[in-house]
Amino acid sequence: MQRFFKKLSRRSEPYIFLVLLALCVLIEIRSGQFFTPNNIVDKLSALVVPGIFAVGAFMVIVSGGIDVSFPALASLSAFATTKLLLDAGYTGGIWLPILLSLVFGAILGAFNGLFIGYFGLPAMIVTLGSSSVFKGFMQGTLESKQLAVIPEGMANFGRSALFVATNPESGLTSRMPTSFIVFVVVLAAAWFILNRTMFGRGIYAIGGNEVSAHRAGFGVRKTKFFMYVFVGMIASLAGLMRTCMMTQMHPTNMLGMEMNIIAGVVLGGTAISGGAGTLTGCMLGTLLIVVVENSMILLGIPTVWKDVFVGALIIIGTGVSALQVARANRVAARKNAKEVG
Amino acid sequence: MAQPLLRAVDICKSFSGVQALKHVSLEIQPGEIHCLAGENGCGKSTLIKVISGVYQQDSGYIEFAGKRFGKITPRDAIASGIQVIYQDFSIFPNLTVMENLAFNTELADGHKFVNRKRMRKIAEEAIAKINFDVELDRLVGTLSVAEKQMVAISRALMFNARLIIMDEPTTALTRKEVQALFKIIMHLKEQGIAILFVSHKLNEVFEISERFTIFRSGELVVTGNTSDLDDRKFTYYMTGREFEDKLFTPQNLSKEPVLEARGLGLTGFFDDVSFALRKGEILGVTGLLDSGRTELALSLFGIRPADRGALYKDGKEVRLKSPQDAIDARIGFVPEDRLSEGLFLPRSIADNVVISEIDRLANGAGVLDRAKRRAEIDRWVKELAIATPDPGNACLTLSGGNQQRIVLAKWLACNPDVLVLNGPTVGVDIGSKHDIHAILQRLANEGMAIIIISDDLPEVLENCSRLLVLKAGRVVKELLPAETSEQEVLSYML
Repeated sequence: MQRFFKKLSRRSEPYIFLVLLALCVLIEIRSGQFFTPNNIVDKLSALVVPGIFAVGAFMVIVSGGIDVSFPALASLSAFATTKLLLDAGYTGGIWLPILLSLVFGAILGAFNGLFIGYFGLPAMIVTLGSSSVFKGFMQGTLESKQLAVIPEGMANFGRSALFVATNPESGLTSRMPTSFIVFVVVLAAAWFILNRTMFGRGIYAIGGNEVSAHRAGFGVRKTKFFMYVFVGMIASLAGLMRTCMMTQMHPTNMLGMEMNIIAGVVLGGTAISGGAGTLTGCMLGTLLIVVVENSMILLGIPTVWKDVFVGALIIIGTGVSALQVARANRVAARKNAKEVG
Repeated sequence: MAQPLLRAVDICKSFSGVQALKHVSLEIQPGEIHCLAGENGCGKSTLIKVISGVYQQDSGYIEFAGKRFGKITPRDAIASGIQVIYQDFSIFPNLTVMENLAFNTELADGHKFVNRKRMRKIAEEAIAKINFDVELDRLVGTLSVAEKQMVAISRALMFNARLIIMDEPTTALTRKEVQALFKIIMHLKEQGIAILFVSHKLNEVFEISERFTIFRSGELVVTGNTSDLDDRKFTYYMTGREFEDKLFTPQNLSKEPVLEARGLGLTGFFDDVSFALRKGEILGVTGLLDSGRTELALSLFGIRPADRGALYKDGKEVRLKSPQDAIDARIGFVPEDRLSEGLFLPRSIADNVVISEIDRLANGAGVLDRAKRRAEIDRWVKELAIATPDPGNACLTLSGGNQQRIVLAKWLACNPDVLVLNGPTVGVDIGSKHDIHAILQRLANEGMAIIIISDDLPEVLENCSRLLVLKAGRVVKELLPAETSEQEVLSYML
């Protein structure tokens, strides 16, 4: 048991969890509104889109890359899906939109994957470029503008709820959106891929040491390529969920989300240099950002200060956990040295 | 003679116009320990990569166990039983020992899903082969260098390896660890596994190998039995030059010590280190890896400030709290790991040479004086015979020996009174090593005070006028190199 805790102290997830808990308790003390059923459901509902994005961003960062194009990718793909279905007068359910957006996401992801995986170009540069390309394509070629109406099937899915939580005191209600299931499925699929398939272990291996991965027999290019395809599909799904949940399509509404998503992933203990991190940490970090972004009002902080607060949290949160982990490692190293000496 | 296990015949390989291998051939018998030697950049690494399929040769062919391969792929190589243990061990520091051991097998078997039970079994079998005891769930990044190497070796053995290629396996190992490694190599030989041992360390070549091959600038110079080889021949084959080893005798000793340490200590690393260093003298400090020698070196340059005792420069006490303090006290430092501590590898040779004297190359307004800079660069490139067509090239493009010269140049440009060198010739080939030694001896004779911290005993014995032996952080003996032997020094070290 002691061993377990010692091991735990050298990971960053527990610290993030404690920070998250402290923040929640603080909000609860200030407002008395945090630990209410409807607020918790609200937060989980707000987690859906950032959560799905974070899973994709997490994979890329673990592989030692970085992706700043996912909001643009998601916007383009969701816009194309919605527009295509509207023009076709589609009246069916959610399955076709999901399928379509997965296809678009895969194609756009393949674009990133081709340049990063097969041509070996730096991921940062490629995704900065592709981000512009995707945006430009959406605004130029597709002449994107806000679509106030989206296909009925999508809107219905967005409005549908798994259950409704009610605040016993105020009587306020919150719906748990059905899209939460999509988030859980994406999370589960990503967990399975990363931890139970050789493809996923390959992503970790590449993030740890690309040359070694090649020598060990991993198809480095192929792994990277398919990872970006997969990440494109995940991001695209997030875009579609966002559109459904808003019951309208804002083409530029998601742009700019990448920084907070990546911050959440890193906050969760994912090494920005690649190779290390867990989905648990990634989700904790993302949840932390979501809670901060959505609880300023409960804390009595004017929303104009939101960005400052989020920024400070990122610096402090990442700093504290990095320091803690470094200290735990140093203690362990010193102990090791003593045992040897 | 039986059929050779490996025949590489008439291999040529060039990279963007530079011919790295020129019609070289190599033959290895089953169960043989064959040493491939040569200076840095001679093409030995390239040949290894051709044999293991990482590079494809431009011409020539490879025969392994009687089967001829036009171009061998990494998969072919592994399937035929060729395993390479690279200098960096090809490990994943972020993953567990188990995964590091099992990945290759799992991938070779074409498994798509992770089966931890199966992987654990593979890993257990692997470490059992060389009686290597390690916790399988530990992250490889937390292991010692020797342990990482054991991981790499056990991994290599899993594929019914028939030929194991080890690329400079002893570079980062302590003496004890090298002995342990040699024991394992002998054990592998008994099982009929051939070893291609790449090294440029003379004593290792003699100790372990039966046959040897030496490359020089991409060409095969000689191949034969190690028993026919001696020091002089080995050096000659490696470098194409003859060297005379001359013991250093100080000529211009100053009366007063330029640097004096009294009871210097750093908690947990070394204690009570005292010495007096005079101008024109080369003081050697030797000891095992954990003797505190590296920390002493770092303290003398202010990187890890000593917490006890005092240091006197020209009779005045100096406190070295940072490298800047040391530079101000005119102490220069050549670090052990030049790649990460001593050089800006991707930057140009010129930038690296002038970096530590950059302040003095500026004019009154603080703007760099380009003519002055140019003159300094030309001077040092010439003085230290750095082999480069253009000082604007990145340091990355140079061989280890030349890189080390740049680190030297960088400090000499500041004109220090005391130069501290930690492992000045680690990873440097023989030719450059001699050149660096000659430079150091010349500098001492010109009046510089030098401290060489090294565990390369021939190096300290040949170049130092006095030698301190550190053991467990304390000076256990002061010796005069002219009157001692390697055995005697070793007996104090251990």
